[in-house]
Amino acid sequence: MSETTAQEMPERPEVTRIRERFPEAVREVVTFRGDTWIVLNKEYLPDVCRFLRDEPELSYRFLSDIVGIDQLGRREPRFEIVYNLYSFRTFTRLFLKVCVNEGEAVPSVTGIYPGANFPEREVYDMFGIVFEGHPDLRRILMPDDWVGHPLRKDFPLGGEEVVFDRGTLGPSVAEVQTPHPGESFFGKTGLSSRE
Amino acid sequence: MSITPEQMEILPGAAEGSMVINMGPQHPSTHGVLRLVVELDGETIVDVVPHIGYLHTGIEKTCEYEQYQKCIPLVERMDYLSAMNNSLAFVLSVEKLLDIEVPPRGVWMRMIFSELQRIASHLVWLGTHALDIGAMTPFFYCFRERERILDMFEQLSGVRMFPSWIQVGGWRADMPEGLLEKIAKFVEEFPAKVDDYEGLLTENPIWVERTRNIGIITADECIALGINGPILRGSGYAFDLRKANPYLYYDQVEFDIPTGTVGDVYDRFLVRVEEMRQAARIIKQCIERIPEGPVSSDDRKVVPPPREELDNSMESLIHHFKLWTEGFRPPEGEAYVPIEGPKGEIGYYVVSDGGNRPWRVKTRPPCFMNLQALPLMSRGHMVADIVAIIGSIDIVLGEIDR
Repeated sequence: MSETTAQEMPERPEVTRIRERFPEAVREVVTFRGDTWIVLNKEYLPDVCRFLRDEPELSYRFLSDIVGIDQLGRREPRFEIVYNLYSFRTFTRLFLKVCVNEGEAVPSVTGIYPGANFPEREVYDMFGIVFEGHPDLRRILMPDDWVGHPLRKDFPLGGEEVVFDRGTLGPSVAEVQTPHPGESFFGKTGLSSRE
Repeated sequence: MSITPEQMEILPGAAEGSMVINMGPQHPSTHGVLRLVVELDGETIVDVVPHIGYLHTGIEKTCEYEQYQKCIPLVERMDYLSAMNNSLAFVLSVEKLLDIEVPPRGVWMRMIFSELQRIASHLVWLGTHALDIGAMTPFFYCFRERERILDMFEQLSGVRMFPSWIQVGGWRADMPEGLLEKIAKFVEEFPAKVDDYEGLLTENPIWVERTRNIGIITADECIALGINGPILRGSGYAFDLRKANPYLYYDQVEFDIPTGTVGDVYDRFLVRVEEMRQAARIIKQCIERIPEGPVSSDDRKVVPPPREELDNSMESLIHHFKLWTEGFRPPEGEAYVPIEGPKGEIGYYVVSDGGNRPWRVKTRPPCFMNLQALPLMSRGHMVADIVAIIGSIDIVLGEIDR
């Protein structure tokens, strides 16, 4: 990322407070276009969330969303999970980020933000990241018997077998796929940023 | 009645002696394909477990394979009742990544159409919500007005439901001649139409009986569950992203935040009805203040040049060709710009790897979060009330399942 480091801008009070309270927790602070991301060591995540929520002058009581990102081929560790928090006192937004590798679990924040229930299930469904302590960690959007996690970068777009009546299998998407117009143009100019 | 093993399977936690029924996914009052497993004690709801995903189409995955400007028609299909708000939220995030400005006329125009879309979305909500509870007339009234809004969208873009007319950096083109006058006439007449809907419902004893003290949720519960928008306001908490973190020019217009007191179905009804009036008020101010000028940024690396330039400028032709074949490349980074949608906070978390396609697009779907309140709101009520409660949450399954 081309983001500038926090030293160039005055540090947000939330960041200072977290650093004071949990000196071990903060791995990195990133700012980009006025927003702040705090990259945390994952074992501190519930404590930091509880601190942010309960501290009266911070009051980050609202968990807006949880975003899973697969950084396969871009960054290590592979998965990033972004917690989008909002404060009803200061009307500001703060992003917490934890990074995990394949097979690593993340502590659930459902005990602190009950609204994390569905979003954590979605991240589990789409990326296969296990949230420890989640009360009901099941697939949410994909069928219960689905194999794989669709939003992973190594999961192909299309290609699922479609079952037609009488139990026969129809043509798979891969068989009927035509090249994307933009793709072929890329090949010609050699400007592709990805494989 | 004791529960059978099959029933155990659909709701493992059900208590001995209760009845477990399956509602949906093809149920007319679920506004799409929502399946609910309801545990009943007599006619009283003990627990509700929503099962979603029947409409999952992988829009977020598809977006990763499309250039930025080609994602706009995709994201509009998430919340299919408020297409313009979805594309606006997506475009604002991409514009934040690119760090480009939209000229004033474009911004005012965005406000006009985002508010028109809010009215259209609330009209569908009111019509179907009333129809679910048994009042048929409001449905026809609401769709009559919604039709006029869709006609305006058609006049703008040629498309009624999914205009895709917002683009990164502004708009595809300015409004055609006469459209602004048409909108002005509509917002002039619209408050009287809202009075008509209210005349049918607000003091109607059957409506009040069916909605008062049903599905109560407190503001604290809303915040804990990650719910904002009309539901939070219905519970008495005056929070609106247009006031709290003004985007576009919402800090330059006057409007009120309606709030409820109890947080029941009736309060949410009153809040949304009042929001329609406030939206008309905002549009009126926008029309007074909208200046002449371009509607799109003149950054040729992002916004395609106008058609007439292509005939006499080689450079424009190259820009046009490059933009529609290759697209633009925002710098590496992540951006999230929330807006106040008709159902709550809509935002797109867009991750760019520096290429011409987004690395990751994640919606913050208001209905998805709002649906989490359904069990809490339904417990202890009659099974017929669940229809009123679903209606009051205002769910759109296209957005929940994406």
